[in-house]
Amino acid sequence: MKKSRIIMVLAALLPLLLFVFPLWKITLEAPQYPTPLGMYIYINDFADANPHDIKNINLMNHYVGMKYIPDAIPEFKIFPIGIIITTVIGLIIAWKANHKWFLYWFIMMVMVSTAGLIDFYIWEHDYGHDLDPKAIMKFTNPDGSVMGFQPPFFGSKDILNFTAHSYPQLGAYCLGGGIALGLIAYFFGKKEKQTLKD
Amino acid sequence: MRKFKNPMLVLFGLALVFTSCGDQKKGNSGALTSNAAEKVYVAPGEHDEFYAFVSGGFSGQLSVYGLPSGRLFKVIPVFSQDAEKAWGYNEETKPMLNTSFGFVPWDDSHHPDISQTNGELDGRYVFINGNNTPRIAKIDLTVFETTEIIEIPNSAGNHSSSFVTENTEYVVAGTRFSVPVPQRDMPINEYKGNFKGALTFISVDPEDGGMDIKFQLMMPGFDYDLSHPGRGKSHGWFFFTTYNSEEASTLLEVNASQNDKDFIAAVNWKKIEEYVNNGGGTKMPSNYAHNVYNEETHTATSTMEKEVLVVNPTDVPGAVFFLPTPKSPHGCDVDPSGEYIVGNGKLSADLTVHSFTKMLEAIEGKKYDGDAYGIPILKFEDVLAGTVSQPGLGPLHTEFDGQGNAYTTFFISSEVVKWKLGTWEVVDRQPCFYSVGHLMIPGGNSRKPFGKYVLAMNKITKDRYLPTGPEVTQSAQLYDISGEKMELLLDFPTVGEPHYAAGIAADIVKERSKKIFDLKENKHEYGITSDADVRVERNGMEVHIYMSMIRSHFNPDNIEGIKVGDKVYFHVTNMEQDYDVPHGVSIIGANTSELLIMPGQTETFVWEPKQPGVWPFYCTDFCSALHQEMQGYVRVSPASSNIDLSWSLGE
Repeated sequence: MKKSRIIMVLAALLPLLLFVFPLWKITLEAPQYPTPLGMYIYINDFADANPHDIKNINLMNHYVGMKYIPDAIPEFKIFPIGIIITTVIGLIIAWKANHKWFLYWFIMMVMVSTAGLIDFYIWEHDYGHDLDPKAIMKFTNPDGSVMGFQPPFFGSKDILNFTAHSYPQLGAYCLGGGIALGLIAYFFGKKEKQTLKD
Repeated sequence: MRKFKNPMLVLFGLALVFTSCGDQKKGNSGALTSNAAEKVYVAPGEHDEFYAFVSGGFSGQLSVYGLPSGRLFKVIPVFSQDAEKAWGYNEETKPMLNTSFGFVPWDDSHHPDISQTNGELDGRYVFINGNNTPRIAKIDLTVFETTEIIEIPNSAGNHSSSFVTENTEYVVAGTRFSVPVPQRDMPINEYKGNFKGALTFISVDPEDGGMDIKFQLMMPGFDYDLSHPGRGKSHGWFFFTTYNSEEASTLLEVNASQNDKDFIAAVNWKKIEEYVNNGGGTKMPSNYAHNVYNEETHTATSTMEKEVLVVNPTDVPGAVFFLPTPKSPHGCDVDPSGEYIVGNGKLSADLTVHSFTKMLEAIEGKKYDGDAYGIPILKFEDVLAGTVSQPGLGPLHTEFDGQGNAYTTFFISSEVVKWKLGTWEVVDRQPCFYSVGHLMIPGGNSRKPFGKYVLAMNKITKDRYLPTGPEVTQSAQLYDISGEKMELLLDFPTVGEPHYAAGIAADIVKERSKKIFDLKENKHEYGITSDADVRVERNGMEVHIYMSMIRSHFNPDNIEGIKVGDKVYFHVTNMEQDYDVPHGVSIIGANTSELLIMPGQTETFVWEPKQPGVWPFYCTDFCSALHQEMQGYVRVSPASSNIDLSWSLGE
């Protein structure tokens, strides 16, 4: 089997590790929380960084009228199916198709992942801005608009007494690695074809 | 005139000398103080190196301090009611204070001792004795709460307690006062020969720590003052000091001080255990309470036990011997190797140290000096290892640093004296302020003491702190013993009489300390695990409120349909699952204490409304930014009204 096809198989399989490792983590630090509150986002679940963290994030956030983090969201069904389908497609491509298809798979994965990130951003925005009008505490920005509590999309940010951190985790790196390998497989395939021609 | 002037100048000159001397002295002690201050300073947010569990004496409690800082962390209620924590007030813990005499809300807590494995502190439990109504309590160090109390029958003034053997096989409880066994109506002056002294061996389950009286050794009617287990080579033996071998029943200060020597009783408990396991001993009808707190139901139960196994020492030959020890010995302390047994003869000028090896040889050679009630008395010279000659006045207790040194307190001369095991020479002495009783070296009762500090617990404080009227604070003093000379570092006030203490390296304990109770594991009969279960139920005149609490509301917080004459049970569950978010609750006119409920826990208080009205209840522990909003109302209607029960939140 050609090297490019082996790499393409790896590229297709690597994103499956999303079922094992978390995609993202949001951490909230404050003086009263010597052990910060944290939430892992898996492809199919929200999970506590330490026991009961999500319950405690909800308890904190209800003061400013934020919604409870739901037990399940539609994405938890859609994303796993998406990953399985793209892996199957990737494997079929690796087995049968021309190396140009490796590139198409790569482009498809970039688009799917971007869609996922946009979806994540929309959810975060909604979570941070769609506040209960009967919120116990209402804060406004210096310009008079209602203060939002959206966690950072990527990086760290101060929100009232908390410092929030939002960073990708091992699962996301596996997905990214798989996508990158798809592109590498394409270049290897191209090279192999040229060598064949020569 | 001239004559007059000169003496004035002299006086003036002398005054200058004295003043400058005084200044110099002050300067010196200032330098010392700053050095000592560094040694006890634990920076904000930092942790102490040791836990010290200091008994509260007549407060009946056990306080938890950090060493070397002397900071107080918690007062654990044990034998006395504590309104702060609802101990003995809420429905869940009332059974813990049940005895064969009914509910006893107080005791005199004396000698904490930490559980051991292989002769080293394992930090699972602290055991402590209640003197007055004889009881032994067990404190679980995952929760720092009293989880078991067992009453000791046939005992009185439970003082030579509660010391553990080196694998926590037994906690031992010896009687101070001998009494008729079984109790009966008889003339007091017929004490001699008729009263008995019970030494009780309580087994501790290696798995769940459950206590059970394995047997009681029915000894002659002396006063059994203090005790310690053998360790290492002497593991399997237990040693008890006695006084009043005169068997006096009146004016003991004179009549119990007549014999030149009293005894240390050496008990081979392994031998008696074997005898008992083979069916030995007599089952005696009895009645004593055994109270167990269950962490999952958050509720205590009290069971009356009806039988105790009694062993007559003369029925087990070779199990019990008397070691003559001068002048009403008080403390009975065994060194880390298990070889030396120190008898602190409180009315003697000398300290007597017995040798375990020599004791075994004497037993082997059957070299007896007569017997007392059939128990062989060994010859003093045959068992004596050595004498610390004239170290001070009124020796009470000795502990060890694990480096060959012993430290003994002297009540009358008010000092701690350091001396060497084997050579019996005095190395150093430091004054105590004032009249020290026990002392404690963390791990000093084990094979491996942490010989860094000694804590002296004083009986008298007088002028050491700001005065607070006739009753002044009690006090402990910390000395650095890491060098050849002891150095006084710190005085700190204590809760109640700091009778005795047990210390342990914090690292052994702190990682195991629980943060919350898991709500999912809450099996309280009236507990709830979700707001869906919130309800109010009437059963005749009894009303049960299944209430939840979470930042920052009660559910329900409006209740109607309660009537005058009802007995209202508030069963309140703290639904929090976050570290250090307790809530409290009480209602106006409740004839009991507040509840202080930890996350995941359920507690109950009873309220009997006496007049119609709308009565508020509120959270008593500042819990959150909206703590002041955490409140509710109960409507109470006349007994004759027919308003239905209803309850709500946020409607």
